[in-house]
Amino acid sequence: MTESGKPILYSYFRSSCSWRVRIALALKSIDYETIPINLIKDGGQQFSEEFQKLNPMKQVPALKIDGTIIGQSLAIIEYLEETRPTPRLLPQDPKKRAHVRMISDLIASGIQPLQNLSVLKEVGQENQLTWAQEAINFGFNALEQILQTTAGKYCVGNEVSMADLCLVPQVANAERFKVDLTPYPTISRINKSLLALEAFQVSHPCRQPDTPPELRA
Amino acid sequence: MTESGKPILYSYFRSSCSWRVRIALALKSIDYETIPINLIKDGGQQLAIIEYLEETRPTPRLLPQDPKKRAHVRMISDLIASGIQPLQNLSVLKEVGQENQLTWAQEAINFGFNALEQILQTTAGKYCVGNEVSMADLCLVPQVANAERFKVDLTPYPTISRINKSLLALEAFQVSHPCRQPDTPPELRA
Repeated sequence: MTESGKPILYSYFRSSCSWRVRIALALKSIDYETIPINLIKDGGQQFSEEFQKLNPMKQVPALKIDGTIIGQSLAIIEYLEETRPTPRLLPQDPKKRAHVRMISDLIASGIQPLQNLSVLKEVGQENQLTWAQEAINFGFNALEQILQTTAGKYCVGNEVSMADLCLVPQVANAERFKVDLTPYPTISRINKSLLALEAFQVSHPCRQPDTPPELRA
Repeated sequence: MTESGKPILYSYFRSSCSWRVRIALALKSIDYETIPINLIKDGGQQLAIIEYLEETRPTPRLLPQDPKKRAHVRMISDLIASGIQPLQNLSVLKEVGQENQLTWAQEAINFGFNALEQILQTTAGKYCVGNEVSMADLCLVPQVANAERFKVDLTPYPTISRINKSLLALEAFQVSHPCRQPDTPPELRA
């Protein structure tokens, strides 16, 4: 915690996982400080000895809060949900909660890890775009189908949930990798509705302390 | 659900994701039917299943009561389910090509286990988080089994090894083991 007692978020402006947590903090009106970790500069600041001590996973986001440090975006969001329960990010009904978690896991385990920076480095520059597009298309195909049964105004019913926090950053990644979103009308519709909400705007990569000037909104 | 009302688990004997859920069902003494599936792409959605079982059949607990400890359990579970397993699952290995598969899988596992071994220094007691079996332990054991399959040297990970050994002594981890499933091939059966 800072001297003021505010939580500290270790974040990279463009990291979709960091964005998920930024949305949660914004929705729950939790005031926090950002310590930017540049994933590319200096060989990747996440690999510094200092950061490694804070978060052995050498990844962003990490949140320093209530005297502890939590890594893994969904674990952070669930902690925020349990300790700052309003507004809700998970519905009350266990089956709906399962749907929210299932969609969140689909994105956070099934898509994002396969197209993140470190994996793309491994597959080599000439293969990166195809690799990322395949990962995203495979996942979005499944997600578009699932949403047929779960979605209302948002991913699960008509309330914003953790699933929506995962969706928007993943769609942004899809756009960066030039994935054609025409096959995914439900994903596109929900993404559009969510981007109109303030929490999704203030947390946007183009409005962060570490957003480069040329990408700033 | 079957006509008898039993839950149905679609499972592949060797899938670490299926194994996590089988452990949870065993720990909670939930009787179920298995429909074996030949491996498809299964992602980390099994954690959603385990959390659902926890909320609807709350004993014995798979998540501690304290929110910070719950965060540690979820962090470790996610480290494995998002950070390691997806990078060494069948479909990804197919993509990297046969000559690269072993190295690729070993790298993914070593990177994750390095981080996990460090994290366990602060969270672990008898098991991953304190002294009660949790969802993190359900993720650990199948991932160690994968590590062994990919010939990862576990010497750098004494805490992971110790906890894995203690967990494998428990009945729920044994009855759910890949070598004892309805679809286990005869040559791999225990």
